Amino acid sequence: MQVMAAALLVMVAGACAGPDSELVLGVASSLNEVSADLAEAFSAVSPDGDVQLSASGSQVLVSQVRGGAPLDVVLTADAATAQAIAALDGWGDTVRVAGNRMVIAVAEGNPLGIEAVSDLANGELTIVVAASEVPAGAYTDELLRRANVRLIPASNEASVRGVLTKVRLGEADAGIVYQTDLLVGGITGVPISDAINPTVDYYAVALESGGSRATEFVEFLLTSDGQQVFAKHGFAP
Amino acid sequence: MTRQIPTRLAALAVVGVLLVSLPLLGLLARVPWTGFLGDVDDATQALQISAVVSALATLAAVTLGVPLGWVLARGTFRGRTVLRAAVLLPIVLPPVVSGVALLASLGRSGPVGGLLDDLFGITLPFTTAGAVVAATFVAVPFVTLVAEAGFRGVDRELEDIAATLGAGPWRRFRRVAIPQAAPALAAGVVLGWARALGEFGATITFAGNLPGRTQTLPLAIFFELEQDPEAAFSLSVLLVLVSVAALAVARRSWVR
Repeated sequence: MQVMAAALLVMVAGACAGPDSELVLGVASSLNEVSADLAEAFSAVSPDGDVQLSASGSQVLVSQVRGGAPLDVVLTADAATAQAIAALDGWGDTVRVAGNRMVIAVAEGNPLGIEAVSDLANGELTIVVAASEVPAGAYTDELLRRANVRLIPASNEASVRGVLTKVRLGEADAGIVYQTDLLVGGITGVPISDAINPTVDYYAVALESGGSRATEFVEFLLTSDGQQVFAKHGFAP
Repeated sequence: MTRQIPTRLAALAVVGVLLVSLPLLGLLARVPWTGFLGDVDDATQALQISAVVSALATLAAVTLGVPLGWVLARGTFRGRTVLRAAVLLPIVLPPVVSGVALLASLGRSGPVGGLLDDLFGITLPFTTAGAVVAATFVAVPFVTLVAEAGFRGVDRELEDIAATLGAGPWRRFRRVAIPQAAPALAAGVVLGWARALGEFGATITFAGNLPGRTQTLPLAIFFELEQDPEAAFSLSVLLVLVSVAALAVARRSWVR
């Protein structure tokens, strides 16, 4: 009985811990790798406590903040998601921290010879895109609208990484992903002309639970150290 | 003799009940009841996909699970324990792992999926058939487990009598074992169907998400949560009600 009570206590305590020293980052899927490096670089200048990462689709991040998940800083792949989160938390402002472009992901070496967005309208091809509910999907919709291309995707994936995976595994012939996603390797990117390619903006929001250290982290992202990490991962300033 | 339940056990049991029931009550509290029917109406497409996928998956799961249950209940071969563990594994497997496994084997570039593609031009990922396969994968163990338990309860003497009257193994299975195990089999059907209906992780991983083709009700709820949380609450309650009904039916046929 005592053992069980103690175990319960530890679980409850664990669930409540966090605000003091640990910083929990909730990041959009496309920021997974760069965030790990950002966390490390930040720890070097601010070694007060651990920095933990939690990557999910941006729409999940909103649900998590709405549901009171113990996040201290949120990094999103569009302004709308960041604004929704800032409004829910009602503490920090949205800060633009980096940029990106969209690109067509195809199998290594582009065996099907896909050259442009208009090539994707071919009904023979299996195309996957991110669902409209997530930022990558919203950017994809905008891009297709500008290109005046109508395509019937095989799947609206829950995150841009889902799109990437389906192309990498050979389940899909092509997908629309972020330029930076290509760095994971095993995949070829077909550039999309600037005339139709939307500008992708990344935003950070410091949440109230993170206090001054969360604000400090967001400020760090804008320093040359932080921007260098973004650049190393292929992000635009 | 006293039959009192020790206080400490009762207290922990209460905590257990609260843990399981409070989230559901919280969900009921948040549902916009005035818009409930409208929300459900807007999800007609996902409802249709769920109805088709869960029905076909149940049919497949029963077709495969009942014979498996019989083999496990009556087989005397070596390795039966290993076979049972293998068949029941999807119950404890994280659904996303089931999806990854399906993708690795039945995907276009997987060993079996590649063969299907080359020989018949069939690709399962991103198709309704793929969603059925994912739902069947997780439903078969439930049908098998309950069918095996049901077949174990079959009176062997009746089978022996049938045998002396000249009934062969297939006839004994159909005319003696099946009727006796019928309540258990019915429970297995309902549980398997409920599991197929609720499938999420394996479906989104293996079959993807396309409204009108692979977007089942659980997937629709997941995406609706961002667009319109209230609609997601309504659809969640719908699935809770269906699950409660399924449990009630399964219990009625099981406990008799």
